[in-house]
Amino acid sequence: MNLEGLEMVAVLVVLALFVKVLEQFGLFEPVSLEDSVEDEFELSTVCHRPEGLEQLQEQTKFTRKELQVLYRGFKNECPSGIVNEENFKQIYSQFFPQGDSSTYATFLFNAFDTNHDGSVSFEDFVAGLSVILRGTTDDRLNWAFNLYDLNKDGCITKEEMLDIMKSIYDMMGKYTYPALREEAPREHVESFFQKMDRNKDGVVTIEEFIESCQKDENIMRSMQLFDNVI
Amino acid sequence: MAAGVATWLPFARAAAVGWLPLAQQPLPPAPGVKASRGDEVLVVNVSGRRFETWKNTLDRYPDTLLGSSEKEFFYDADSGEYFFDRDPDMFRHVLNFYRTGRLHCPRQECIQAFDEELAFYGLVPELVGDCCLEEYRDRKKENAERLAEDEEAEQAGDGPSLPAGSSLRQQLWRAFENPHTSTAALVFYYVTGFFIAVSVIANVVETIPCRGPARRPPREQPCGERFPLAFFCMDTACVLIFTGEYLLRLFAAPSRCRFLRSVMSLIDVVAILPYYIGLLVPKNEDVSGAFVTLRVFRVFRIFKFSRHSQGLRILGYTLKSCASELGFLLFSLTMAIIIFATVMFYAEKGTNKTNFTSIPAAFWYTIVTMTTLGYGDMVPSTIAGKIFGSICSLSGVLVIALPVPVIVSNFSRIYHQNQRADKRRAQQKVRLARIRLAKSGTTNAFLQYKQNGGLEDSSRGEEQALCVRNRSAFEQQHHHLLHCLEKTTCHEFTDELTFSEALGAVSLGGRTSRSTSVSSQPVGPGSLLSSCCPRRAKRRAIRLANSTASVSHGSMQELDTLAGLQRSPAPQSRSSLNAKPHDSLDLNCDSRDFVAAIISIPTPPANTPDESQPSSPGGGGSGASSTLRNSSLGTPCLLPETVKISSL
Repeated sequence: MNLEGLEMVAVLVVLALFVKVLEQFGLFEPVSLEDSVEDEFELSTVCHRPEGLEQLQEQTKFTRKELQVLYRGFKNECPSGIVNEENFKQIYSQFFPQGDSSTYATFLFNAFDTNHDGSVSFEDFVAGLSVILRGTTDDRLNWAFNLYDLNKDGCITKEEMLDIMKSIYDMMGKYTYPALREEAPREHVESFFQKMDRNKDGVVTIEEFIESCQKDENIMRSMQLFDNVI
Repeated sequence: MAAGVATWLPFARAAAVGWLPLAQQPLPPAPGVKASRGDEVLVVNVSGRRFETWKNTLDRYPDTLLGSSEKEFFYDADSGEYFFDRDPDMFRHVLNFYRTGRLHCPRQECIQAFDEELAFYGLVPELVGDCCLEEYRDRKKENAERLAEDEEAEQAGDGPSLPAGSSLRQQLWRAFENPHTSTAALVFYYVTGFFIAVSVIANVVETIPCRGPARRPPREQPCGERFPLAFFCMDTACVLIFTGEYLLRLFAAPSRCRFLRSVMSLIDVVAILPYYIGLLVPKNEDVSGAFVTLRVFRVFRIFKFSRHSQGLRILGYTLKSCASELGFLLFSLTMAIIIFATVMFYAEKGTNKTNFTSIPAAFWYTIVTMTTLGYGDMVPSTIAGKIFGSICSLSGVLVIALPVPVIVSNFSRIYHQNQRADKRRAQQKVRLARIRLAKSGTTNAFLQYKQNGGLEDSSRGEEQALCVRNRSAFEQQHHHLLHCLEKTTCHEFTDELTFSEALGAVSLGGRTSRSTSVSSQPVGPGSLLSSCCPRRAKRRAIRLANSTASVSHGSMQELDTLAGLQRSPAPQSRSSLNAKPHDSLDLNCDSRDFVAAIISIPTPPANTPDESQPSSPGGGGSGASSTLRNSSLGTPCLLPETVKISSL
């Protein structure tokens, strides 16, 4: 019989199907794919234990009982022993339901996370609280300066201050009285720099900051609001 | 508030150190916390089983029975424990909620009993954790359906009650939708069903050939042509009834547009239109072809049965929801048909006297082969054609047989899934709405606290409103925190209504600017310092101007509270048990400050009272305030008198 073109094609197709069927029965061994390594299920059981109670007592100015209460609350919320940025933001946002507190919470997180490892452990937490609640006025001002100085270079520029100011105003939300205007944060920053920047060089250093704050009696008077927190 | 927020409050308050150097006004003093911060262990005795927990744990959720002062009602002083006469097994779950923040649903308990316990302890069912939520909902729904069925069975015996005084239209619609409501409706229902059947049968029968009596040529005729009059009368009767029914439904429908667009009414129209068109169109040869085609549409009358049959409706719905699956099946079939038809055509091209005259002609062969019908009217004769033909039939088996079970299971899966997804979406909206409500509850609490004069100097402690005094430590501190933020930014928290009102009033401009002094800056870019304080007086003016309530005791505070309470009643929550808001309306609040505010508005509208203008503090206050207002362009908002006035 003379095989014409189409018949040849038909025969080829039949042969191809035959080969496939034989493959199924394992008589031919085509190239086997590499076994895809199953991703190990990453169990995030990183559990951080703080140092002992006595050490924390030495490092911070809290009493034993206060540390116990603090730790119980902390451990209940974060059983793994550390807080990451997302949790931090979520926790802080519960206090300001009207506005958006996520930016300010990020700044706070960076201020609490002194060793910059991306998580706040109980020691960081308690150390920060100790400075703010039990420290001297200078300590507190130092801490606040550290918060404002976003890139930790020792001086606050107008841009940094503007970021901080915007994040604070964001927390107020939309429904405020009087209505929040676009320029409000900027104006606030201007007045802040007017007050703080002694040598008018456009940045506020730590000495200028502390000096100006100590001269301002309202700020000094407001420091009392940390007296009864814990 | 959500889980464990109370734990973090000290941290949030400490973080306020960041606002301290930025605040342009002095921050308010911290509230003195009454109770000692030491933690104590509480004993809760539930029907004899003792549970012990830290007080802080229970304080985490101040909106519940155990977290608020409501538990004091259950305190047994002799034994020093809180006694509850409830199920101890269920209490375990409730207490675990306080400890972990997640409410789990016990598998072996009755869902009704669980709900009752939740209601007693003040927990909303939305708090059930995600892990147990699905099951909780399913069981609850099951329960509800079962109860509803029992109720319906009971009710059906009594006979449904028609709401008295409903119009004829509503009665008619109700009769159409539920034929079981009255006998007349039932009769109508069966009559229409009967006529639909009659019409369909007539359509079928009139095409059957019946042998006529011995005519000149004994030929067979369809019955329709033999008894045209009889069939015409029957058709007319049916169409009359259908038309009447359609018009009645149209009259009774609550929303005519929606009724006109509904599927059933379209079917009705399609069913009766051919008859009328047949009447109007004259019987000439040209259009009789089209006329005959129209008669085909009469078969759609059979779909009218779907009003009578639940099953048909369900089928229609499932087909609609499975449309994508069917569409895909059709598409893949079409692809296969085209491929095989092309191949067969070219394979058989060489043969003479072949049936495969074109590719579309080969479509018929492919379809018949793939669905394994095999009529045999077209067969390939070449070898290639036969080989491809057999491949075609084998693949046809696969292509047809495989998707059918998939579609069947898809039917049930999609049907149930659709129902569940819709419900979940609706529930999600409700959940989000409740979460938003809870959030707004917090802000409402703060706003109400402000209105009740909580922001005044706490040195005049004895005279503070009871509501202000009796807040829990947590609330005090949280409100203090929000107050600090207000002072830092020199803006206040308000609610939506006041905000939009203020915007509206400010945009109007006229009335308020007349009634306030020259120092009130326009809304445009002005210095922040001067704008924040005079605005407060302006706010009073706006409130006064807007409120229509006649002022009885002459306290602006009260006016605001009244207006505020009218507009946004704060949800009576358990945490407000700790505060008693009704006392706030009394004149416990000090009158000194808002008198100064009254005076600071030079030309108050006629509603202001004139009996509450005390002499000496008012005079002094007015002098100071007027000078202040006129000179407040340059002064920062830090002078004490301004603080006093603006602290309202």
